[in-house]
Amino acid sequence: MPVSYYFMLSAILFTIGALGVLIRRNAIVIFMSVELMLNAANLAFVAFSQLHDTLSGHVMVFFVITVAAAEVAVGLALIVSIFKSKQSINVDELNELKQ
Amino acid sequence: MMTSDFLLFIVLAVVAVASALSMLISRNAVYSALFLVINFATIAVFFLLLGSPFLAMAQVAVYAGAIMVLFLFVIMLLGAEQLRQDQDLPWQRPVAIVLGVILLVETGIIVFSLGFQEGALPSFTSFAADYASPADIGALLFNEYLLPFEITSVLLLVAMIGAIVLTRKQKSE
Repeated sequence: MPVSYYFMLSAILFTIGALGVLIRRNAIVIFMSVELMLNAANLAFVAFSQLHDTLSGHVMVFFVITVAAAEVAVGLALIVSIFKSKQSINVDELNELKQ
Repeated sequence: MMTSDFLLFIVLAVVAVASALSMLISRNAVYSALFLVINFATIAVFFLLLGSPFLAMAQVAVYAGAIMVLFLFVIMLLGAEQLRQDQDLPWQRPVAIVLGVILLVETGIIVFSLGFQEGALPSFTSFAADYASPADIGALLFNEYLLPFEITSVLLLVAMIGAIVLTRKQKSE
């Protein structure tokens, strides 16, 4: 089975994630779209790792999963504290720097 | 078996794209989160097809388990599953869709002009039982990738401290 199938699937998922970031106004859904983009990249990593018969791509995916976990922890903490001060997580309403 | 690979791939790819699109269109953030869990599960099966059981398990445990539970927890904590739908920038959606199509076409052109379609992946039935086992990945992680691995631990520590500091109750005045 050609590796390009996996690559196209990865590209489609990445595009859907990018569209989610651009279209949705809910900060949590935007975060979920970023997770989708990270996953699409992971899929391409493993497919190419398989193509070149090496395990390095698998280790990279492991690192990406770790970074995603850290990113989600900090991002959701930010969203919670923004919600506390503005009572909203609509990104259109987050347009000032002071509290 | 070429055909079983292909059949599994097509079915899973349809499920993955459909769940990703549903996540994108769904009005309710809780539904979006649950569709994303389906998507992560299909990607875990893709990892299995690509001969990587360790990553598939990590995907299910960390992504579908820990991260999505955190998402659902925050959505329900804030009660923010629904937002008003009217947009401040009405031209944003069509522009975003055009840009997305351009991105997709561009990637497609790159993939098919670099000739990746000739590189054939081995069938998932041909992997040895201990291929990409946790022991293999661990050995690679602790030899070749030791420094990035250690930096990862610092990253997790910083994320943990950051999350605590950001959500801590502010002292009154």
